[in-house]
Amino acid sequence: MAILRVLTSLLLLFSSFNFSHSLYEDQVGLMDWHQQYIGKVKQAVFQTQKAGRKRVIVSTDENVVASLDLRRGEIFWRKVLGAKDSVDEIALALGKYVITLSSEGSVLRAWNLPDGLMVWESFLTGSESSKPLLLVPETLKVDKDSVILVYGCGSLHAISSIDGEVLWSKDLATEGILVQQLIYNDENDFVYAVGFDGVSKFHLYQINAKNGELLKHNSAAYPGGFSGEMLLVTKDRLVTLDSSRSTVVAIEISEEKIVFEPTQVSDLQDVSGTAVLLPAKLAGIFAVKVNTVILFVKVTNFGKLELVDKLDHTVAVSDALSFSEGQQAFALVQHEGSKIDLTIKLNNDWSSNLLKESINMDQDRGVVQKMFINNYIRTDRSYGFRALLVMEDHSLLLVQQGEIVWSREDSLASVIDVTTSELPVEKDGVSVAKVEHSLFDWLQGHLLKLKGTLMLATPDEVVAIQKMRLQSSEKSKMTRDHNGFRKLLIVLTRAGKVFALHTGDGRIIWSQLLHTLRKTGSCESPSGLKLLQWQVPHHHAMDENPSVLVTGRCGVTSDSPGVLSIVDAYSGKEVNSFSSIHSIVQVIPLPYTDSKERRLHLLIDDVKRAHLYPQTSEAVEIFKSEFTNIYWYSVEENNGILRGHAVKSNCILDVADEYCFETRDLWSVVFPSESEKIITTVTRKLNEVVHTQAKVIADEDVMFKYISKNILFVATVSPKATGEIGSVTPEESSLVVYLIDTITGRILHRMTHHGSQGPVHAVLSENWVVYHYFNLRAHRYEMSVIEIYDQSRADNKDVLKLVFGKHNLTSPISSYSRPDVVTKSQSYFFTHSVKTIAVTSTAKGITSRQLLVGTIGDQVLALDKRFLDPRRSLNPTAAEKEEGIIPLTDSLPILPQSYVTHALKVENLRGIEVIPAKLESTTLIFAYGVDLFFTRLAPSRTYDSLTEDFSYALLLITIVALVVAIFVTWILSERKELQEKWR
Amino acid sequence: MKSLTLLLLLVFSLSIPNSLSFQSDELLIEDEEFVKSPDLSRPSISPLTRKTVSDSGSDSKVQFVLEHAFGDSEFTPAGTFSARLKTWSHGGQTLTKLRFSRKDLSREDKESFKTLLEGDDFYRIRVPSNVISPPGRDYIISSVKARCLPQTGLDEHFVIHMDGVNILGVNYGSLAVCQYPRQYKLPSKWAFTSHTVLKSTEQAPRTPAFSEDIGSTEIGGEDEGVKPLERSFWAKYWMYLIPLGLIVMNAVTQAMNMPEEQAGGQPASQPQQVNGPLPRGPGSRR
Repeated sequence: MAILRVLTSLLLLFSSFNFSHSLYEDQVGLMDWHQQYIGKVKQAVFQTQKAGRKRVIVSTDENVVASLDLRRGEIFWRKVLGAKDSVDEIALALGKYVITLSSEGSVLRAWNLPDGLMVWESFLTGSESSKPLLLVPETLKVDKDSVILVYGCGSLHAISSIDGEVLWSKDLATEGILVQQLIYNDENDFVYAVGFDGVSKFHLYQINAKNGELLKHNSAAYPGGFSGEMLLVTKDRLVTLDSSRSTVVAIEISEEKIVFEPTQVSDLQDVSGTAVLLPAKLAGIFAVKVNTVILFVKVTNFGKLELVDKLDHTVAVSDALSFSEGQQAFALVQHEGSKIDLTIKLNNDWSSNLLKESINMDQDRGVVQKMFINNYIRTDRSYGFRALLVMEDHSLLLVQQGEIVWSREDSLASVIDVTTSELPVEKDGVSVAKVEHSLFDWLQGHLLKLKGTLMLATPDEVVAIQKMRLQSSEKSKMTRDHNGFRKLLIVLTRAGKVFALHTGDGRIIWSQLLHTLRKTGSCESPSGLKLLQWQVPHHHAMDENPSVLVTGRCGVTSDSPGVLSIVDAYSGKEVNSFSSIHSIVQVIPLPYTDSKERRLHLLIDDVKRAHLYPQTSEAVEIFKSEFTNIYWYSVEENNGILRGHAVKSNCILDVADEYCFETRDLWSVVFPSESEKIITTVTRKLNEVVHTQAKVIADEDVMFKYISKNILFVATVSPKATGEIGSVTPEESSLVVYLIDTITGRILHRMTHHGSQGPVHAVLSENWVVYHYFNLRAHRYEMSVIEIYDQSRADNKDVLKLVFGKHNLTSPISSYSRPDVVTKSQSYFFTHSVKTIAVTSTAKGITSRQLLVGTIGDQVLALDKRFLDPRRSLNPTAAEKEEGIIPLTDSLPILPQSYVTHALKVENLRGIEVIPAKLESTTLIFAYGVDLFFTRLAPSRTYDSLTEDFSYALLLITIVALVVAIFVTWILSERKELQEKWR
Repeated sequence: MKSLTLLLLLVFSLSIPNSLSFQSDELLIEDEEFVKSPDLSRPSISPLTRKTVSDSGSDSKVQFVLEHAFGDSEFTPAGTFSARLKTWSHGGQTLTKLRFSRKDLSREDKESFKTLLEGDDFYRIRVPSNVISPPGRDYIISSVKARCLPQTGLDEHFVIHMDGVNILGVNYGSLAVCQYPRQYKLPSKWAFTSHTVLKSTEQAPRTPAFSEDIGSTEIGGEDEGVKPLERSFWAKYWMYLIPLGLIVMNAVTQAMNMPEEQAGGQPASQPQQVNGPLPRGPGSRR
């Protein structure tokens, strides 16, 4: 009987949950959009011979292998390898397979060229890591089987291209020699493996390509030593640099001997500085970069070096391409103001150009970083060339006949940070009617919808309805809407480019390659850090534009100088910028704004000085008045120390700086280094709104939530257990979680999970924290919840006291008062491993919350917070059920309908950004990884608005019909009364 | 005299479990065992007398210093914590019976404290992070606005979070509410009343594991398909059904008013009634 009751209650429950967030098939794409990207291209191979569909195969920095349509740039297929499985080399084999070498030369895969299905996969083993090399000789056959040569993990492998079987392998790393080049000699089926041993000795292995037999091993020492890089110039000549990088050493190899021919760089051209070999493979020619010039040097038949040209360093060079018998060509790209010059030259003839084109190029794309060329036969039977360009902003362009055929904005595959901006307010001048359809169109559209609803529409009309819904101009307008669904998503990418995307359809409104984040002489490796809202005008919304602050640093370490840019959110123009300022370790947006509604920010540098922005005297005044109430904390993950800080006084520097402040330590929490290591810290989102302070529980009791903006969740694990799951026994590993007040450093709660291990993903909201970890004892992932309640206000329950005013509800809350808190917690099993967790947030915080779990399958799962209620019990009482408490289960349900991303995947999902809409029931969700996905979600259904497919026409018709019916019946009854009276 | 000592002993043995109420039950039982041994509890009754008691078996006495600073001044010793270090058979060590004795404030200290009160500045304390080999890796610092401390005297509460012999953090402050803007008030008595509590970690509740009920969840999950359909039908078409109902009602009242033989107006509403359930069903039915 009890089971039955549980069953029915479960049934009720699931039924109420399910349809709260599921989607009909025809609703896909109505309020969500999905964009696919590939990332910055590393390597490209063209496949244009005889194939009907011309395509280019690319590998990228985001570990993607993709086949792109050469005509439009669309993705035919795309494979995203794991985060640690970076692609080293790609090649084509047998004309039908794409061969990829990844994970530092240890995994070789073959993909079917037309559809991207994996044909075979081969794991190569070896003794040590080395530079991975891939060679696909076309003519080499072993038992009618084409062979792929791979040098990886210190061994040379020959692999069958049919099934990926390792035919032979030869360990070359035993003597400490690192192979730099593989050279295949097709005359006698030899493979030369050449490399260095340490710095001074050059080695040459001659190996029989048929069976892997080592035929000969030559070595020779060069007194100057080698720098490590090597280029194959002709079949028997290599070029390298000596250890001082001032001499080019040409190496002639033959079966008998090794001959070194050194030439000073200064002899070639009167330049000084260290030389770098460019990796472009140009037959007979090589390119050396010295300071800011690139020297093109020809190697003559007798090993003599001859300078052929000297060009500016911004030039990009492609590899040589053989296009007709014995003819080889390569391409050069030079920047010329707003244009680029593409030159194709024949290898053996520098003076004349095969082709010279000038292409208009957007300044916003920066310089050309890589170029790949391909030839085709023109209609007049002459040779034409097309070039694939990889730009500084990671975009990919195809150039042909002096025009950009297509371009892809692939920096959007590497989003670092996201923020939002409101769209401009609708001004009086802009007429709505222009954007809206005319009344007739509007009515027609609704009639069509009505037909659809009544199932009267023909298939053609259904298509028309679908199209109309997708293209509804309403959602992609450039003005603010009443519901707050239309916004600008401002994203910062790894390339240093900032984009503004429209939430309606995901189109790019503007993009800007920030000059502060571009590589310059003073800033060698710039990287973006954070994107923050700088100015959000409310009072001056009509005449001031909002702007965002981009922070970044020049270099990898935290002490490298920082850069700041302020970008207008409507136009993308850089309003202000600071380059090479103090280092930036932490950016703290303060809850104060100046008279122009610019937010005050505190930037902490690596010597713990605080710098105030914007740098105006007004900002300093505001800051000084709130001086004593500003606190922040820092996490030293490597040391295992948390520290709290406050501002002390102005900096004592040689040059007076009124915007710089000294800080002091207020508190510290030191985790014992032998037993605990910090792995995760999470705080509440700054803009979160909590509606109800108290929670009424079943027995009409009240619990007060402990709501503090200053709670920090910290998870630590045993130092041993920081590795992979399963590398430690349950006894050795434990997970400790903390809730810490960041003003005073009080540990509010501390709890140990024995036998558990990270990685920990957590989210903190309102008065609760939910975290995900691995339970080693149960061999399963778990999710736990901790809710924290304030006991000091628990006395306020007495009605009499409330009436007589003897309550402390109105008293302000201070961190310096001793907190009196109780916590409740519970754990559940969860099937998936998790990439990231977020929580929905709405404008007023009334709507119940859902957890957004980024699963390992790159999807976003919405999980009702009610499943993670620590008060769930096995047999809830009737009152508890009424309150919405779900009977306890040991694991959390994963309902297929509750995937927010429905059938789509956000490849390499990295983050989920939640933005509250103006409409209380709705929240906007933006998930990013290699792909971008945006949707609207209503955790408790759209209780405050009609659904999109609501048919107004049907309602109108019904009303009209009703009115008519009333009149008809009224007339009838009148008539009848009259008749009765006449009787 | 003897009865007095006994009484004190009794009082103490009662007070110990109270002060340690935050620790797990396991520890408490052990503590009570110690209390029974008479010579341990006696010297610590008066907080100001400090004495190192000879080691007995696996436990020993440890002491560590509390230092304080006024605002940004240097840290100076302010008192001593003494506790019993219990070594467990499995190698772990825990502190029990923590006691604190504070030094009296010197004249300069009082002056500096007054300036703190005037400036609403921080009174800072620190303890070593490792009690056996102080200061361990780093000091644990905690601070409080000086104006939060004065009540009748100077009221301070330490909650020390321990893990074995390591101190993780100290919650320091007074019980009183202390919100901004804080009142400037001098203490009537220049002596600290100190309260100390030791806290160790809590165990996380175990994940409930029951195998039979998983089955029932799944059954519940399978059946759920039928219900939402019914609901959504009403939810989706209420706006058509209500007017329809009104029409029907209207028609019925009309019919009631009409004599039986004259039913001429009715047929108009009848076909609509038939049409009622026809509108597009939810997507899955198609």
